[in-house]
Amino acid sequence: MVASLIAILDLKGKPLIQRAYRDDVHPSVIEKFLPLVLDIEEEGQQVTPCFSSQGINFMHIRHSNLYLLAISKRNTNAAEVIIFLHRLVSVLIEYFKELEEESIRDNFVIIYELMDEMMDFGYPQTTESKILQEYITQESHKLEIQARPPMAVTNAVSWRTEGIKYRKNEVFLDVIESVNMLVNANGNVVRSEILGAVKMKCYLSGMPELRLGLNDKVMFESTGRTSRGKSIEMEDVKFHQCVRLSRFENDRTISFIPPDGEFELMSYRLSTAVKPLIWVEAAVESHKGSRVEYMVKVKAQFKRRSTANNVEIYVPVPDDADSPKFRASTGSVQYAPDRSAFVWKLKQLGGSREFLMRAHFGLPSVKSEADVEKRPPITVKFEIPYFTVSGIQVRYLKIVEKSGYQALPWVRYITQNGDDYSLRTASEKGSAPIVSM
Amino acid sequence: MSIRGPRKGENYELSVDLNSEYRDKRKDAIKRVIASMTVGKDVSGLFPDVLKNMQTEDLEQKKLVYLYLMNYAKTQPELVILAVNTFVKDADDSNPLVRALAIRTMGCLRAEKIIDYLCDPLQKSLRDENPYVRKTAALCVAKLYDLKPDLVIENGFLTQLHEMIADSNPMVVANTVAALTDIHNSATSNPATQADASAIFNITGSILNKLLIALNECSEWGRVAVLNALARYVAQDEKESEHICERVVPQFQHINGSVVLAAVKVIMIHMRHVTREDLIKQLVKKMAPPLVTLLSSPPEVQWVALRNINLLLQKRSDILSNEMRVFFCKYNDPLYVKVEKLDIMVRLASDNNVDALLSELKEYASEVDVDFVRKSIKAIGQTAIKIESGAERCVNVLLELIATRVSYVVQEAVVVMKDIFRRYPSTYEGVIPTLCANLDELEEPEAKASLIWIIGEYANKINNADSLLGFFVDSFTEESYSVQLQTLTAVVKLFLKKPDTSQGLVQRILDTATKECDSPDVRDRAYIYWRLLSTDPGAAKAVVWADKPPISIPRTTVAPALLEELLGEIPTLASVYHKPAETFIGKGRVGVDSVQRKAGADDDRLAAHKALQTVAAGRQAENLLDFDDDDISTTNGQPSGLAATEVLSQTPAAANLLSGTSSNPLDDLVSIFGTNGTGGGGGGFGAASGLAPSATNNNHAPDPLAGLGGLSISGGGSLMSPDQTSPQQPKSATSPQQQQEDLLGLF
Repeated sequence: MVASLIAILDLKGKPLIQRAYRDDVHPSVIEKFLPLVLDIEEEGQQVTPCFSSQGINFMHIRHSNLYLLAISKRNTNAAEVIIFLHRLVSVLIEYFKELEEESIRDNFVIIYELMDEMMDFGYPQTTESKILQEYITQESHKLEIQARPPMAVTNAVSWRTEGIKYRKNEVFLDVIESVNMLVNANGNVVRSEILGAVKMKCYLSGMPELRLGLNDKVMFESTGRTSRGKSIEMEDVKFHQCVRLSRFENDRTISFIPPDGEFELMSYRLSTAVKPLIWVEAAVESHKGSRVEYMVKVKAQFKRRSTANNVEIYVPVPDDADSPKFRASTGSVQYAPDRSAFVWKLKQLGGSREFLMRAHFGLPSVKSEADVEKRPPITVKFEIPYFTVSGIQVRYLKIVEKSGYQALPWVRYITQNGDDYSLRTASEKGSAPIVSM
Repeated sequence: MSIRGPRKGENYELSVDLNSEYRDKRKDAIKRVIASMTVGKDVSGLFPDVLKNMQTEDLEQKKLVYLYLMNYAKTQPELVILAVNTFVKDADDSNPLVRALAIRTMGCLRAEKIIDYLCDPLQKSLRDENPYVRKTAALCVAKLYDLKPDLVIENGFLTQLHEMIADSNPMVVANTVAALTDIHNSATSNPATQADASAIFNITGSILNKLLIALNECSEWGRVAVLNALARYVAQDEKESEHICERVVPQFQHINGSVVLAAVKVIMIHMRHVTREDLIKQLVKKMAPPLVTLLSSPPEVQWVALRNINLLLQKRSDILSNEMRVFFCKYNDPLYVKVEKLDIMVRLASDNNVDALLSELKEYASEVDVDFVRKSIKAIGQTAIKIESGAERCVNVLLELIATRVSYVVQEAVVVMKDIFRRYPSTYEGVIPTLCANLDELEEPEAKASLIWIIGEYANKINNADSLLGFFVDSFTEESYSVQLQTLTAVVKLFLKKPDTSQGLVQRILDTATKECDSPDVRDRAYIYWRLLSTDPGAAKAVVWADKPPISIPRTTVAPALLEELLGEIPTLASVYHKPAETFIGKGRVGVDSVQRKAGADDDRLAAHKALQTVAAGRQAENLLDFDDDDISTTNGQPSGLAATEVLSQTPAAANLLSGTSSNPLDDLVSIFGTNGTGGGGGGFGAASGLAPSATNNNHAPDPLAGLGGLSISGGGSLMSPDQTSPQQPKSATSPQQQQEDLLGLF
């Protein structure tokens, strides 16, 4: 009950490549897709990822200048199809670095092969690009060595092949926390969350059994351990498919046989209130029809011993602003007209430090009445190495393999901005400065 | 070399190259053929030439030829037979990849001629030593069933599939379950062929255990198939239900959102039989974090998740009661995500979080997207109606918004204020002058109609009500019908309160409405008022000033029975659209045969029973409709009255109509009456129109009153967004029962 047909279309709705998995829909319905989208837009309705027309269901996602479309005539599992389409995108990206019209045209043979392998009769099959790359490769096969289905395709351990060998057995663990934050114009934190991920690079021989220990509050409590340090309460934990879920459910043990190479072992979410690590304030003085002035203050609200790297502050300006002038006490400022913003970049920002910058823009004297003022928020990018907001720690990583080799785990921590670290700006009325510093 | 066709052109060159003596040249030619096929050129003429290249050791070339075959087998059925030999040989190859490829492709050819040759290799592959081949073969059985069910049954493939549920390989188990489910679905949904009993995939206790074991081992997509099967299992007792829930809960930790949602479905279904309060609480608590995490997915996935969360909240509002903030919109969220988030935020609004919600909604109301701004203002109104303690703050926010004097903001705010007046009569009268001050800003009929309704309702408290209404009476003939109807009612209200000052006005409007208006509805209403006023002013007062039932935000937007059905469909299109599958698959309308076929289906019995209860319990007004459609019983041989309701409610068609998504002509009728609410709102209304399907078939024009009845049910039963029901017709749409009785009394 999944997809009858999958197609990749350009923005004009022309199919670049398509694969029918069931013949209950005629391929020509693909061409109805874009006209339908335009009709919906014309009626002032939202084009939602799934919609149906005359008994045919269209499910689609957008990726840069492409539509990935699945068509079905039945009551399909929408989540499965949409997620599959996203997975298709990431597999194709891993194969061709970029997914765009050009790379599709150049690689149609291999895309057909992938589509054939990833879905059968409308049911998703193997979507692990690492496994796929073992038997569907860009180089044509030599006659002598025919590819065979890797054991992993159907194994219970479908993510690792046997017989891997390394001279030096090493594991690298990266604990990366992304902070999402929304701050209101009056300075209150409206919403904050921490999205954490534990990424691994595994260079281990054979079929090693790994066990990861974190300062997980729930486990500490259940084992009756009174921890000396801080423990954290993860709200939702997601694991790579290699982790035994039922084991985690039972005693919070994270045990697994890792895939080879790089992968994301787990992700977690915490919605504990976080103080903004990097605080930005902007005072805007706007003189309609002549100029607009900004004074931006940035403050690092974390301990002195940490340092934020590559801090970028995007301050939105009116679309029609011109002749920018900047003065910053540190870092560099650039105007980014394509984003209707200016960017203040600071290579390094030490904990508890504070800096100021000023910007001046000219405004056209004539402005159309209908122009409604957009007020996008200020957004911030940053990385703080050797630091996690949540205080999560890797306590141990045990590696057991039957050959009994010793392997060294390396752990790194980093905190960075999430995809939504934004501070709202106050609405302006007339030319009066709104934000008091 | 081929002799067909002209000896020039692209296809001719390709044909030459396909027959070249050099391997590389042939392979290159095949690639070019596939390239032409990809851009939509017809290369079916090269069929025999391509076919010659099928026997090759080169796997890539083989795949390309197979791909070509899949595309053109249907157009060249005679020639496909030539490929059979190679297929059969490949299905016996030493490389499992080739064996699987041959089986997979043969299943996709869909040519009658070749099918018979498929059975033997398939038989073998089902027992292949390599799991990769077995998992491919399992799905191939479903392909074959789709094409020729008899062949599958004759060859005993179904029995074999059932044995394969116990396969040692989880991936094979998953595909077997998927294949059996697929066959089950086509067997039970295809009316033409009598479903063979062996095609029905009943999940028994022993299968259950195998599935629970496979669940922890198979790939992410396999888990979805297994979970879907678990959702269909009917638990023997409470203990078993508890057991299933406990075994499925760990799947909440899966990274794939479709696994999470499938697990949610299984829990929601089996939780129905769990009575232990602590366990239910625990399950509900565990459900929240993974649902919230889905909001960090790409926007399309978020949207699917949000639509399903919306349904879940209608059933269990406690799931995410502390999580409203995660639904706050991000600046860059696509509009379709923002709109869903708004709806959920209002659903989660409570005394504790109303302040945070309001400040957020106010923020949205100052964004640039007109549609989103309007919906945000609407949400403020819904919050006011839902949370009594926050109503005053909502009104203050609305006043601030009106002060911006942005035209669409003001208009939407006026519409919303009208609903707040409905909910809290005589509470916020101080606002009225501000609203009236913006009279000139109003352009849209809905906003105008709303303001007129407010003026009419508070006519005795507004000193200059007659001059305000006079303004609308002057332009009466230019206004849209909804505004005309509203003006008419408001003036009559005014007259009944202040007869001395507005005698002239009421005379003028009745005169204009009956003589110069081209809408029969407006004319009819004017005549009714006129007659009422001239014969019995007391009765007029009783009708026009009848008490209106209070409005509220309904907990559900779909009928309870439908909600249960949809929760069992998470996360399919049905649960995303909030409509039963029958309304959007097939031809888009429900055929008579599908109605009759489904009527007896066991699966629907539970839902049908509940639907019946709902229908019988609350909606007796429907019986009034039945009298208008007496010929239902004569034409269809169905009993009339409540009994007819019963028959229909057992069918999905009734459920379909219950959801208010029918394509019944009554919709049109109702829209004449002035509601714009056939889409999201009308569970109740649908129920009413559901009673007259045969009227549709017979071209029997239903009595206008039937439409009015349907309309009034809509007003009473479902008020999803307040503006959908009340503004244009507060008299008839918002005070359903009284109005209907009054009118019936009149005739």
